[in-house]
Amino acid sequence: MLTSLTDLTRTMPDADLILAATLIPAAAAFLIPLFYRIPNLREAVTLVASAALATVTWSLYPRIVAGAQPELKIWEVAPGLDLSFKVEPLGMMFALIASTLWIVNSIYSIGYMRANNEPRQTQFYVCFAVAIAATMALAFSGNLFTMFLAYEVLTLSTYPLVTHKATPEAMKAGRVYLVLLVGTSMVLFLPAILLTWGVAGTLNFTAGGIIAPGDLSPLLLGGLLGLFVFGIGKAAVMPVHFWLPAAMVAPTPVSALLHAVAVVKAGVFSVLKVVVYIFGIETLSTTGTGDWLVYVAGFTVIMASIVALRQDNLKKRLAFSTVSQLSYVVLATAILTPISAIGAAMHIAAHAVSKITLFFAAGSIYTAAHKTEISQLNGIGWKMPWTMTAFAIGALAMIGLPPTAGFLGKWFMLQGAVQSEQWFPVTVIVLSTILNAGYFLPILVRAFFMEADPVRLQAAGAQAAHDTHDDDHGEAPFPIVLALTITASMSVLLFLFPDIALDLAKLMVAGG
Amino acid sequence: MSSLSWGTIEPHLPILLVILPLFGSLLTTFLRKGILAWLIALAVTLVLPVFSIALLMKVMETGQPIVYQIGNWPAPVGIVYKVDQLSAYVLTVISLIGAVIMPFARRSVAAEIQEPAQSWYYTMYLLCLCGLLGIVITGDAFNAFVFLEISSLATYVLIAMGRHRRALLAAYQYLIMGTIGATMYIIGIGLLYVVTGTLNFDDLADRLRLAIADPGYRNAVITALGFIFVGVSLKLALFPMHVWLPNAYAYAPSLATAFLAGTATKAAIYLLLRLIFSVFGVALTIDNLPIPLILLVLSIAAMFIASFSAVFEENAKRMLAYSSVAQVGYIMLGVALINQAGLTGALAHIANHAIMKTALFLALGAVFYRIGSVMYSDMAGIGRKMPLTMGAFAVAGIGLMGTPGTAGFISKWYLGIGAIDAGMYSVVFLIVASSLISVIYIGRITEVVWFLEPSEAAKTAKEAPLSMLIPLWILALATLYLGFDTRATVDVAAKAAEVLLGGIR
Repeated sequence: MLTSLTDLTRTMPDADLILAATLIPAAAAFLIPLFYRIPNLREAVTLVASAALATVTWSLYPRIVAGAQPELKIWEVAPGLDLSFKVEPLGMMFALIASTLWIVNSIYSIGYMRANNEPRQTQFYVCFAVAIAATMALAFSGNLFTMFLAYEVLTLSTYPLVTHKATPEAMKAGRVYLVLLVGTSMVLFLPAILLTWGVAGTLNFTAGGIIAPGDLSPLLLGGLLGLFVFGIGKAAVMPVHFWLPAAMVAPTPVSALLHAVAVVKAGVFSVLKVVVYIFGIETLSTTGTGDWLVYVAGFTVIMASIVALRQDNLKKRLAFSTVSQLSYVVLATAILTPISAIGAAMHIAAHAVSKITLFFAAGSIYTAAHKTEISQLNGIGWKMPWTMTAFAIGALAMIGLPPTAGFLGKWFMLQGAVQSEQWFPVTVIVLSTILNAGYFLPILVRAFFMEADPVRLQAAGAQAAHDTHDDDHGEAPFPIVLALTITASMSVLLFLFPDIALDLAKLMVAGG
Repeated sequence: MSSLSWGTIEPHLPILLVILPLFGSLLTTFLRKGILAWLIALAVTLVLPVFSIALLMKVMETGQPIVYQIGNWPAPVGIVYKVDQLSAYVLTVISLIGAVIMPFARRSVAAEIQEPAQSWYYTMYLLCLCGLLGIVITGDAFNAFVFLEISSLATYVLIAMGRHRRALLAAYQYLIMGTIGATMYIIGIGLLYVVTGTLNFDDLADRLRLAIADPGYRNAVITALGFIFVGVSLKLALFPMHVWLPNAYAYAPSLATAFLAGTATKAAIYLLLRLIFSVFGVALTIDNLPIPLILLVLSIAAMFIASFSAVFEENAKRMLAYSSVAQVGYIMLGVALINQAGLTGALAHIANHAIMKTALFLALGAVFYRIGSVMYSDMAGIGRKMPLTMGAFAVAGIGLMGTPGTAGFISKWYLGIGAIDAGMYSVVFLIVASSLISVIYIGRITEVVWFLEPSEAAKTAKEAPLSMLIPLWILALATLYLGFDTRATVDVAAKAAEVLLGGIR
């Protein structure tokens, strides 16, 4: 069946493929509730949809690499407000990442949600599918209006996922999530779009940008960039990063795909896209209005790493690591050289596959051992070898060491910074690499080289904890282990065969 | 009368829009059975949108206003009804809202009003509808006053029929305020009549331009403008003249609240626009009174202060009522900008807000039907018991927040563009900042109804009946639809804005 599907997609026109990318997950969202009484069939819908979606995006890929940038105008909502799609290299890469990882994440979700007996699973899969549909629409968005629309749908569809547990803590996190993300998008992002419209008279993403250097004074231009950067709260540049650690109350598959891949990548992707296609790298670098962003992003990289050092909760530490890693992308963007932009794009891909692995591992530990704190992880590496090996690969990628994908992004970023003689970003990258090692290596040391310490557990007054934290555990259920093995392999494969991502990144800089 | 074809009806559509609900209300007076009265009201309200849409399509097509002379008496002597793009648009909004909610009415009214009074309720409903349509269609200042009073008197009764005893107080409060407003309006019109000797809008416009140049009449004209502005502002609940509104909406029967929220303030807004832009003219207004500035300040105050009041409400109907005050602020802000984009946004928001707010109040009406309360404490967890009702509430609520993909965003977009065109960049931020407050009050009730454990009242609640769900979802889906297809709102609103701004002289 799959081969006939690939045959079909190979001959489909571009427009149909673009449409299918959004419609497949949207259709899944409608179909899933129909099967709420038959969980196996319900999950089959998710799996089939994710496979179909990946087929669609991968059949678009060769066409984009060949230099095509298909456009599809769906509808004019109002004069100047078009609902339109345009597949450019960066969006293609983002779509490939999200759609491919949706398959893996679905496998993982099924294992995780069932093993933990989570309630309201139908709602979970529906919201997830809607979020993926929004992600696809965002990746392929042809103008700021379409992007904004998809961006907001993404926020609203993930809100029920963040509050999934319906505990007071989850509700509080949901409040932070909604107010911060919707708030920044309304109060900063929307005015930025309005001002762009006022200045340029169009909202279309155009190679080289739509704002000419003379349109605005450097001060206003820098201000507009600021509205975009902080208005796109999903990029989690400090001080609008609070939502991300708060969102960690969600079930782990949500943290994994959405808060390590789709949602946050939607943020940095949007920032990168706005810089490249609305402002234009040229415009920003000649006017020097983007310089402040280097410092803000650099500050976020370092501060988030320092905060991560102090977290004992594994998911929280990963969340702050994400904040830090996202700002790498923003930092690389702000360096404003073509090669650093390539680094930014590469880092989006590398961080996606690696961070999802880390979250998968965290969820795997929670499912098998009911442990959430790093201090409880002594010796766990020998009980859960697959999980912790995958975790190690993910950790290496975060630090930026070969043979993982994380190395590539950093390499290009450094190259860009050194070429343009910007020493602040160089310092930030070096310093944060040390910090990254500082908060990931201890986890590995605990997991593989320290004995489980029953005395300490009792000293913590955790007799009850001792009962619930079953130490006689093995690996997590098979779907979970399968999923994290796949993503860990991807992290290594992307290092060995970087061309898939690299070709697209180069095309983006070349301006298609 | 041998053949009642469209051809024979069509020239008389303007008067039929007023006569039909008037006769309908007379008919329902003589009926004892609530269900019969409902059937008549249903028949009347379903016909009205057909007429108003026909008028709208005609004026949009020809671009010329339709003038209807009552009793064939020409303009200065007789009363004329004049339908241009603006009035046809507002007529359509009011008559559509009046029709969509009628299927909802049967069960809601039956549950909230005692049987002998039910037919009275429909009498007042039709009378109110007649008054509102009359305000919008008439081309005569005194006739507008008559219709204003018809709709107001009917509204007082509708509110007083609320089940809670405080409904009487709320109706009385509104009666006092409404009467003050109407009195101020009639004083203003009286002054104009003394100065010009006419009550016809077009005639007034011509003669006022001469009168203002005459030092002997100048002060009288300016005084009239002030009286009329304040009087009509009371009716449209412009901050801070809105204090009657929250109680009136909170204690009126559910259906009356839904109807009034969608239509009553909109008709008053129309009247103000008509008077300022078409009768006095923008130039005369701006030269003599800083009305745009006053509107700007008051509407921004409404957007923030009323929204904050909504955040801290515990009664869902009052919360939405405060939100209405804030939304009137949005509309008047667009008016205050006095440019094409701003007015387009304001006029589009008349329809968009009518649809969203009516949907929200209908959802609360369905909740009230099931559990007899709209207090947050009783509504806790109701979303799990009435998912379709509260789902529609959520959709309309997202629209109210101005999320892209909903009607609310379209209004906000044009208001924003209008502010940029006017060079008021800070206003752009005020618009978006105040919509952030709506995120908070909508978010708060969302948490209450979806995430809290069901209250005692909610535990036994069932989903609303289909006759309530269908109107509710029509409006909820319209909220989404009008976020994507804006031909019915923005295109018409833009034309109407052109007509209004064409009056700048």
